[in-house]
Amino acid sequence: MSKPLDQMTWQEIELGGLLREPGSARAYRVGDWRSQHPVWTKSRCIRCGVCWTVCPEAAIVEESGGYFDMDPNYCKGCGICSKECVTGCISMVAEEE
Amino acid sequence: MGKRVGMEVSIAVSYAVGLARAEAIAAYPITPQTHIVEHLSSMVANGELEAEFINVESEHSAISACIGTSAAGARTFTATSSQGLALMHEVLFIASAMRFPIVMAVANRALSGPLSIWNDHSDIMGARDIGWIQTFVENGQEAFDHTVMAFKIAEHHQVLMPMIINMDGFILTHVVEALELVDQEMVDRFLPAYHPRHYLDPKHPVTMGAFAMPEIYTEVKMKHQVILMNSYDKIMEVWQEWGKLTGRSYQPVERYKTQGAKILLLTMGSLSEVAAIAVDELRDQGVPVGLLKLRLWRPFPLAALREAVGGAKTLIVCDRAISLGSASAPVLSEVCSAFYSLSKRPQIRGYIVGLGGRDVNPEDFKEIVAQAQAKPEEGLSQEFHLFGVRS
Amino acid sequence: MDKFDVANSQKYDVYASRLLPREEYFTSGHRSCQGCGEALAVRWVCKAIGKDAVIAHATGCMEIVSSGFPQTAWLHPWIHVAFENTAAVASGVEAGFKILARKGKISGRPPKVVAMGGDGGTSDIGLQALSGAMERGHNFTYICWDNEAYMNTGIQRSSSTPFGAMTTTSPPGKMSIGQHTWKKNMMSIAVAHGIPYVATASPSYLFDLYFKVKKAIETPGPAYIHVLSVCPTGWRSATELSVRLGRLAVETAVFPLYEVVDGRYHLTVEVPKLRPVTDYLKPQGRFRHLREPEIKFIQQQVLARYELLLKKCEAPYPEFPPLHPPEEGE
Repeated sequence: MSKPLDQMTWQEIELGGLLREPGSARAYRVGDWRSQHPVWTKSRCIRCGVCWTVCPEAAIVEESGGYFDMDPNYCKGCGICSKECVTGCISMVAEEE
Repeated sequence: MGKRVGMEVSIAVSYAVGLARAEAIAAYPITPQTHIVEHLSSMVANGELEAEFINVESEHSAISACIGTSAAGARTFTATSSQGLALMHEVLFIASAMRFPIVMAVANRALSGPLSIWNDHSDIMGARDIGWIQTFVENGQEAFDHTVMAFKIAEHHQVLMPMIINMDGFILTHVVEALELVDQEMVDRFLPAYHPRHYLDPKHPVTMGAFAMPEIYTEVKMKHQVILMNSYDKIMEVWQEWGKLTGRSYQPVERYKTQGAKILLLTMGSLSEVAAIAVDELRDQGVPVGLLKLRLWRPFPLAALREAVGGAKTLIVCDRAISLGSASAPVLSEVCSAFYSLSKRPQIRGYIVGLGGRDVNPEDFKEIVAQAQAKPEEGLSQEFHLFGVRS
Repeated sequence: MDKFDVANSQKYDVYASRLLPREEYFTSGHRSCQGCGEALAVRWVCKAIGKDAVIAHATGCMEIVSSGFPQTAWLHPWIHVAFENTAAVASGVEAGFKILARKGKISGRPPKVVAMGGDGGTSDIGLQALSGAMERGHNFTYICWDNEAYMNTGIQRSSSTPFGAMTTTSPPGKMSIGQHTWKKNMMSIAVAHGIPYVATASPSYLFDLYFKVKKAIETPGPAYIHVLSVCPTGWRSATELSVRLGRLAVETAVFPLYEVVDGRYHLTVEVPKLRPVTDYLKPQGRFRHLREPEIKFIQQQVLARYELLLKKCEAPYPEFPPLHPPEEGE
């Protein structure tokens, strides 16, 4: 479904408005919404993975070495990861203009 | 041909559902549909029909569960009437929008208030816009035939629309008639197993029921309208096939003694049989009257109706429902619209008869024809006559 | 509490969080508010139900944020019909699978059927369909996302709105303290139907939630899980507190975590020393208008109901008979 909604013709609509591409919501970059984002201080991170579990957006990804970072496409900047971090190594930093 | 038996029409409808090998039935009892669901229940309990019978707790849940069973991929049937149909209302639109080929028998019954268990068409006339295929049957044989055929029509891959078979409550459902049944073998050849085009399956996940922004809603409705209108050809194909197999052919607008008719009556459902008797008697007296029986209601058979009316001077539309606050009546308004843009069109008169189960007999139809033959009235505040109302 | 630090962490080899499955079944790109506790719950419940399941979902926050044509955040086969009929739709899907399996049209075990709805679609408009589905004994799991109001339509009250809470249809004012009735007890209603598994859960206690969901979907017959879903928008709380508030709800006994297995109650998260309810109420703007008398009343009620729950845990036999007589050989 790559066509913008207001250009789709009636013939292009699937059977009963069915959506055949699971997870197509990923096309929408909700990361644009945030006004702050999490920053990990690696020296204090114990790589427990709790931050990864508490993100409502599934916007925390594991990187090399088992550390975690935010996915800039989807992080909404809610701050839950920072609040729940077991060692307190995540701080929320304001977005630059 | 097939076996000829005397059977209550409700039982015949259940028998038809059994022959069609319906797989899931979710229904809630309401007079006068009860015998249909009771018999289906017992067929399932006795192993005569291999199906899941869900004893839902309301009609709203009945139609919702039917959407569920259809989404799982099962051949689905339900039945209701009057208040039950009204309670299903919001979901009916959704069932057709989501293209689930549910077959539903509606035992037509008057809507409350006041409460009435007796026959008229107000229940289905309140559901004109739901986007389902809708037919009316005149007698028990038709109720049986059309129930079997409905599955084939609804499940056709280019159709995939739910379908309603309207049958007059009590007048048809509770009456024993002589019927010619067909056998299981014939139905199995006529109606193969249901193969859904869309269903819930973890191997091929889909999302059903997404919401539509203003940018797209119109297009979705257009698609639905086109599919519904185009289903006409598939319906005709199925009816023709049945005609070849059983000798009983059906038309969207049936004609009875319309040759040379100057005046035509138009009726739906069991009223057609009564009107036919009146037509016979009037013809014997030399009155050039004929009868049109409107069988296919949705999609509306515009071309077939115009053709059937031909050169008749007067068309009398007999509604069995009143559209309160309207200057017209349900079927009357649609028939008038069908002819409005034509330069050559009949004078159309509207009568509302038989509300709340009031008997309509051949004498009534003769009276209606007599009134129509008298000087036509112009500039009425209402376009219809509420026949037989006592004041 | 002292923060766990790198030095402490040397004692441990494995962190339980890392053992959880990585594959997301509720993808990013959904349009929930920042800090949505409900979205967090959905994310984990979808992982717990696993690949071989289908979801019937009610109209509500989660449905709207995830399924705007032509995008969908769901990786499961998913159907939305209307607001109040999810349990009826799920009943149909379950029965449909049953007959198709019986007729040999689907091979192996049919997929699990999971119905999901908000508190509005469950305890109010959806109660009839839920009751019918539970009474008929369909093999399905019903998950209620309880954010304690009709959030999607703009924070109007539901029967799950807690006592004293401000919503747009239970606003505090000269003549009102906000919601004036106590939260409807959906758990007791579910238990009264004699179904084999009923539980409360919260994404703040992730493993408790995760394994309850797994248990529910494996339980033959109806299962009901009531998930407290923190809503920063409607509860007027800071977005980063969504997991913390869920924890406070449990630690103050406002929302105890327990399960009812074949009618027998037991707590799944024990809180040795309860916190005062003010710890839970203070961070939420929707309770800001409450005065001493209301808060005292809430504290009293919470404790009294908690005592009652503890008593139920000690009951020698279930209060309601089970739905079905045991199968032969049980």
